[in-house]
Amino acid sequence: MVAIRPVQASDLSAISALDARLTGTAKPNYWRDMLAPDRHFLVAETDKGTLAGFIAGEIRVWEFGQPPAGWVFAIQIEPGLRLKGVGTKLFESIVARFKAEGVTRVRTLVDRKDHLILSFFRAQGMVAGPSLQLDKDLS
Amino acid sequence: MKLQTATRLGLYAVLELARDPERTLSSADLAERFSVSNHHLAKVLRTLSAAGLVRGGRGASGGYRFTGNRRRVTLMDIVALFEPAPGSRAKEPGEDTDIGSALQRVLTEVDEIAEATLRSISLETMLKPTRDR
Repeated sequence: MVAIRPVQASDLSAISALDARLTGTAKPNYWRDMLAPDRHFLVAETDKGTLAGFIAGEIRVWEFGQPPAGWVFAIQIEPGLRLKGVGTKLFESIVARFKAEGVTRVRTLVDRKDHLILSFFRAQGMVAGPSLQLDKDLS
Repeated sequence: MKLQTATRLGLYAVLELARDPERTLSSADLAERFSVSNHHLAKVLRTLSAAGLVRGGRGASGGYRFTGNRRRVTLMDIVALFEPAPGSRAKEPGEDTDIGSALQRVLTEVDEIAEATLRSISLETMLKPTRDR
Protein backbone atom coordinates (compact mmCIF):
# COMPACT_ATOMS: atom_id res chain seq x y z
CA MET A 1 0.00 0.00 0.00
CA VAL A 2 1.38 3.41 -0.91
CA ALA A 3 0.32 6.96 -0.19
CA ILE A 4 0.63 9.73 -2.77
CA ARG A 5 1.68 13.19 -1.63
CA PRO A 6 3.38 16.30 -3.05
CA VAL A 7 7.17 16.14 -3.05
CA GLN A 8 9.21 17.77 -0.31
CA ALA A 9 12.79 19.01 -0.58
CA SER A 10 13.80 16.18 1.75
CA ASP A 11 12.65 13.62 -0.89
CA LEU A 12 15.15 14.84 -3.50
CA SER A 13 18.08 12.65 -2.57
CA ALA A 14 15.96 9.47 -2.70
CA ILE A 15 14.37 10.60 -6.00
CA SER A 16 17.72 11.43 -7.52
CA ALA A 17 19.18 8.12 -6.35
CA LEU A 18 16.26 6.07 -7.74
CA ASP A 19 16.43 7.88 -11.08
CA ALA A 20 20.22 7.52 -11.31
CA ARG A 21 19.93 3.80 -10.56
CA LEU A 22 17.30 3.30 -13.27
CA THR A 23 18.67 5.59 -15.98
CA GLY A 24 22.39 5.40 -15.25
CA THR A 25 22.64 9.21 -15.14
CA ALA A 26 22.63 11.31 -11.98
CA LYS A 27 20.88 14.66 -12.49
CA PRO A 28 20.32 16.18 -9.03
CA ASN A 29 20.03 19.75 -10.38
CA TYR A 30 17.23 18.72 -12.73
CA TRP A 31 15.23 17.25 -9.86
CA ARG A 32 15.92 20.26 -7.65
CA ASP A 33 14.61 22.61 -10.38
CA MET A 34 11.51 20.43 -10.57
CA LEU A 35 10.52 21.77 -7.12
CA ALA A 36 9.34 25.00 -8.81
CA PRO A 37 5.84 25.91 -7.58
CA ASP A 38 4.20 25.59 -11.02
CA ARG A 39 5.28 21.95 -11.29
CA HIS A 40 3.21 18.97 -10.23
CA PHE A 41 5.71 16.72 -8.54
CA LEU A 42 4.28 13.82 -6.52
CA VAL A 43 5.82 10.93 -4.67
CA ALA A 44 4.46 7.51 -3.71
CA GLU A 45 5.55 6.53 -0.23
CA THR A 46 5.41 3.05 1.27
CA ASP A 47 3.87 2.54 4.72
CA LYS A 48 7.46 2.29 5.98
CA GLY A 49 8.12 5.80 4.72
CA THR A 50 10.41 4.82 1.85
CA LEU A 51 10.15 6.06 -1.73
CA ALA A 52 8.11 3.77 -3.99
CA GLY A 53 8.11 6.09 -6.98
CA PHE A 54 7.48 9.58 -8.27
CA ILE A 55 5.86 11.48 -11.12
CA ALA A 56 6.54 15.00 -12.35
CA GLY A 57 4.82 17.28 -14.83
CA GLU A 58 3.26 20.67 -15.43
CA ILE A 59 0.56 22.41 -17.38
CA ARG A 60 1.93 23.98 -20.53
CA VAL A 61 -0.06 26.61 -22.35
CA TRP A 62 0.21 26.88 -26.14
CA GLU A 63 3.27 24.67 -26.11
CA PHE A 64 4.03 23.96 -29.80
CA GLY A 65 0.83 25.79 -30.69
CA GLN A 66 -1.35 23.35 -28.75
CA PRO A 67 -4.10 24.40 -26.32
CA PRO A 68 -3.29 24.01 -22.60
CA ALA A 69 -2.48 20.44 -21.59
CA GLY A 70 -0.91 18.62 -18.68
CA TRP A 71 2.51 17.23 -19.54
CA VAL A 72 4.10 14.33 -17.70
CA PHE A 73 7.88 14.72 -17.80
CA ALA A 74 8.96 11.77 -15.73
CA ILE A 75 7.71 8.73 -13.86
CA GLN A 76 9.86 6.17 -12.08
CA ILE A 77 8.84 3.27 -9.87
CA GLU A 78 11.09 1.26 -7.60
CA PRO A 79 11.59 -1.98 -9.60
CA GLY A 80 10.65 -4.26 -6.69
CA LEU A 81 7.31 -2.45 -6.35
CA ARG A 82 6.25 -2.55 -9.99
CA LEU A 83 3.06 -4.24 -11.21
CA LYS A 84 1.36 -3.33 -7.94
CA GLY A 85 -0.50 -0.27 -9.19
CA VAL A 86 1.95 2.36 -7.86
CA GLY A 87 2.46 3.92 -11.31
CA THR A 88 -1.26 3.96 -11.97
CA LYS A 89 -1.90 5.69 -8.64
CA LEU A 90 0.73 8.33 -9.39
CA PHE A 91 -0.61 8.85 -12.91
CA GLU A 92 -4.21 9.15 -11.70
CA SER A 93 -3.13 11.60 -9.01
CA ILE A 94 -1.30 13.93 -11.40
CA VAL A 95 -4.20 13.72 -13.88
CA ALA A 96 -6.62 14.71 -11.09
CA ARG A 97 -4.45 17.75 -10.36
CA PHE A 98 -4.32 18.69 -14.05
CA LYS A 99 -8.09 18.39 -14.30
CA ALA A 100 -8.55 20.48 -11.16
CA GLU A 101 -6.66 23.23 -12.98
CA GLY A 102 -9.05 23.00 -15.90
CA VAL A 103 -7.09 21.13 -18.57
CA THR A 104 -8.72 18.29 -20.45
CA ARG A 105 -5.70 16.57 -21.99
CA VAL A 106 -2.58 14.90 -20.68
CA ARG A 107 0.54 14.36 -22.80
CA THR A 108 3.95 12.87 -22.54
CA LEU A 109 6.95 12.05 -24.73
CA VAL A 110 8.37 8.55 -24.72
CA ASP A 111 11.41 6.89 -26.27
CA ARG A 112 9.82 4.60 -28.86
CA LYS A 113 12.28 1.83 -27.99
CA ASP A 114 11.29 1.94 -24.31
CA HIS A 115 8.51 -0.62 -24.50
CA LEU A 116 8.03 -0.76 -20.74
CA ILE A 117 7.09 2.88 -20.33
CA LEU A 118 5.20 2.96 -23.64
CA SER A 119 3.10 0.02 -22.46
CA PHE A 120 2.47 1.72 -19.12
CA PHE A 121 1.10 4.89 -20.72
CA ARG A 122 -0.92 2.82 -23.22
CA ALA A 123 -2.46 0.92 -20.32
CA GLN A 124 -3.48 4.28 -18.86
CA GLY A 125 -5.49 4.89 -22.01
CA MET A 126 -3.01 7.18 -23.77
CA VAL A 127 -2.82 7.00 -27.57
CA ALA A 128 -0.69 8.74 -30.22
CA GLY A 129 -1.13 12.49 -29.84
CA PRO A 130 -1.56 15.18 -32.48
CA SER A 131 2.15 16.01 -32.77
CA LEU A 132 5.10 14.16 -34.26
CA GLN A 133 8.45 14.72 -32.61
CA LEU A 134 11.22 15.53 -35.11
CA ASP A 135 14.92 15.36 -34.43
CA LYS A 136 18.24 16.13 -36.13
CA ASP A 137 21.78 15.13 -35.29
CA LEU A 138 23.88 18.30 -35.07
CA SER A 139 27.25 16.71 -34.44
CA MET B 1 -1.16 0.03 -42.38
CA LYS B 2 -2.10 -3.13 -44.22
CA LEU B 3 -1.85 -6.44 -42.37
CA GLN B 4 -1.83 -9.81 -44.11
CA THR B 5 -5.07 -11.76 -43.73
CA ALA B 6 -3.40 -14.36 -41.50
CA THR B 7 -2.16 -11.61 -39.16
CA ARG B 8 -5.60 -10.07 -38.87
CA LEU B 9 -7.17 -13.47 -38.20
CA GLY B 10 -4.48 -14.21 -35.61
CA LEU B 11 -5.25 -10.96 -33.81
CA TYR B 12 -9.00 -11.58 -33.95
CA ALA B 13 -8.62 -15.12 -32.59
CA VAL B 14 -6.19 -14.30 -29.78
CA LEU B 15 -8.13 -11.26 -28.64
CA GLU B 16 -11.45 -13.10 -28.67
CA LEU B 17 -10.02 -16.07 -26.75
CA ALA B 18 -8.10 -13.83 -24.31
CA ARG B 19 -11.33 -12.02 -23.48
CA ASP B 20 -12.20 -15.03 -21.34
CA PRO B 21 -9.32 -17.51 -20.87
CA GLU B 22 -11.66 -20.06 -19.26
CA ARG B 23 -13.80 -20.24 -22.38
CA THR B 24 -13.22 -22.66 -25.23
CA LEU B 25 -14.18 -21.76 -28.78
CA SER B 26 -13.82 -23.88 -31.91
CA SER B 27 -12.26 -22.63 -35.10
CA ALA B 28 -15.76 -22.63 -36.62
CA ASP B 29 -17.13 -20.52 -33.72
CA LEU B 30 -14.38 -17.96 -34.25
CA ALA B 31 -14.75 -17.99 -38.04
CA GLU B 32 -18.47 -17.34 -37.74
CA ARG B 33 -17.96 -14.53 -35.22
CA PHE B 34 -15.65 -12.62 -37.58
CA SER B 35 -17.22 -13.78 -40.86
CA VAL B 36 -13.94 -15.26 -42.11
CA SER B 37 -12.85 -18.53 -43.73
CA ASN B 38 -12.80 -21.42 -41.25
CA HIS B 39 -10.14 -23.18 -43.31
CA HIS B 40 -7.82 -20.17 -43.16
CA LEU B 41 -8.53 -19.57 -39.47
CA ALA B 42 -7.79 -23.22 -38.57
CA LYS B 43 -4.32 -22.79 -40.10
CA VAL B 44 -3.78 -19.57 -38.16
CA LEU B 45 -4.84 -21.27 -34.91
CA ARG B 46 -2.23 -23.97 -35.47
CA THR B 47 0.45 -21.27 -35.69
CA LEU B 48 -0.86 -19.62 -32.51
CA SER B 49 -0.92 -23.00 -30.79
CA ALA B 50 2.70 -23.73 -31.80
CA ALA B 51 3.64 -20.34 -30.31
CA GLY B 52 1.99 -21.31 -27.00
CA LEU B 53 -0.63 -18.59 -27.14
CA VAL B 54 -3.60 -20.93 -27.44
CA ARG B 55 -4.21 -24.58 -26.73
CA GLY B 56 -6.46 -26.65 -28.94
CA GLY B 57 -8.57 -29.62 -27.95
CA ARG B 58 -8.57 -32.76 -30.06
CA GLY B 59 -11.34 -33.96 -32.33
CA ALA B 60 -13.90 -32.21 -34.46
CA SER B 61 -15.58 -30.55 -31.49
CA GLY B 62 -12.31 -29.62 -29.83
CA GLY B 63 -12.04 -25.94 -29.15
CA TYR B 64 -9.28 -23.51 -28.40
CA ARG B 65 -8.58 -21.48 -25.32
CA PHE B 66 -6.08 -18.74 -24.55
CA THR B 67 -3.01 -19.89 -22.63
CA GLY B 68 -0.78 -16.79 -22.78
CA ASN B 69 -0.39 -13.92 -20.34
CA ARG B 70 -2.74 -11.06 -21.20
CA ARG B 71 -0.54 -8.50 -19.52
CA ARG B 72 2.65 -9.64 -21.22
CA VAL B 73 1.58 -10.55 -24.74
CA THR B 74 1.52 -7.55 -27.07
CA LEU B 75 -0.04 -7.06 -30.48
CA MET B 76 3.49 -7.22 -31.93
CA ASP B 77 3.99 -10.73 -30.55
CA ILE B 78 1.10 -11.91 -32.70
CA VAL B 79 1.94 -9.77 -35.73
CA ALA B 80 5.51 -11.15 -35.68
CA LEU B 81 4.19 -14.70 -36.07
CA PHE B 82 2.69 -13.90 -39.46
CA GLU B 83 4.50 -10.91 -40.93
CA PRO B 84 8.11 -10.96 -42.17
CA ALA B 85 10.58 -9.83 -39.51
CA PRO B 86 11.86 -6.26 -39.97
CA GLY B 87 15.09 -6.37 -41.96
CA SER B 88 14.41 -9.86 -43.36
CA ARG B 89 12.69 -8.73 -46.56
CA ALA B 90 14.36 -9.01 -49.93
CA LYS B 91 15.86 -5.90 -51.47
CA GLU B 92 13.53 -4.13 -53.91
CA PRO B 93 14.77 -3.07 -57.35
CA GLY B 94 16.12 0.47 -57.26
CA GLU B 95 16.89 0.47 -53.54
CA ASP B 96 20.60 0.97 -54.19
CA THR B 97 20.02 4.30 -55.93
CA ASP B 98 20.09 7.57 -53.95
CA ILE B 99 16.33 8.00 -54.39
CA GLY B 100 15.70 4.36 -53.51
CA SER B 101 17.75 4.54 -50.31
CA ALA B 102 16.17 7.89 -49.31
CA LEU B 103 12.74 6.34 -49.79
CA GLN B 104 13.82 3.29 -47.80
CA ARG B 105 14.87 5.51 -44.87
CA VAL B 106 11.36 7.02 -44.76
CA LEU B 107 9.72 3.59 -44.97
CA THR B 108 11.98 2.28 -42.19
CA GLU B 109 10.93 5.26 -40.04
CA VAL B 110 7.28 4.39 -40.63
CA ASP B 111 7.95 0.71 -39.81
CA GLU B 112 9.73 1.61 -36.58
CA ILE B 113 6.84 3.75 -35.39
CA ALA B 114 4.34 1.03 -36.31
CA GLU B 115 6.39 -1.58 -34.45
CA ALA B 116 6.74 0.60 -31.35
CA THR B 117 2.97 1.11 -31.34
CA LEU B 118 2.17 -2.59 -31.73
CA ARG B 119 4.75 -3.53 -29.12
CA SER B 120 3.35 -1.07 -26.59
CA ILE B 121 -0.20 -2.45 -26.60
CA SER B 122 -0.78 -5.54 -24.50
CA LEU B 123 -3.83 -7.76 -24.93
CA GLU B 124 -4.95 -6.52 -21.49
CA THR B 125 -4.87 -2.92 -22.74
CA MET B 126 -6.70 -3.84 -25.96
CA LEU B 127 -9.43 -5.66 -24.06
CA LYS B 128 -10.17 -2.82 -21.66
CA PRO B 129 -13.59 -1.33 -22.23
CA THR B 130 -13.35 1.39 -24.88
CA ARG B 131 -14.29 4.13 -22.41
CA ASP B 132 -11.13 3.35 -20.38
CA ARG B 133 -8.79 3.61 -23.35
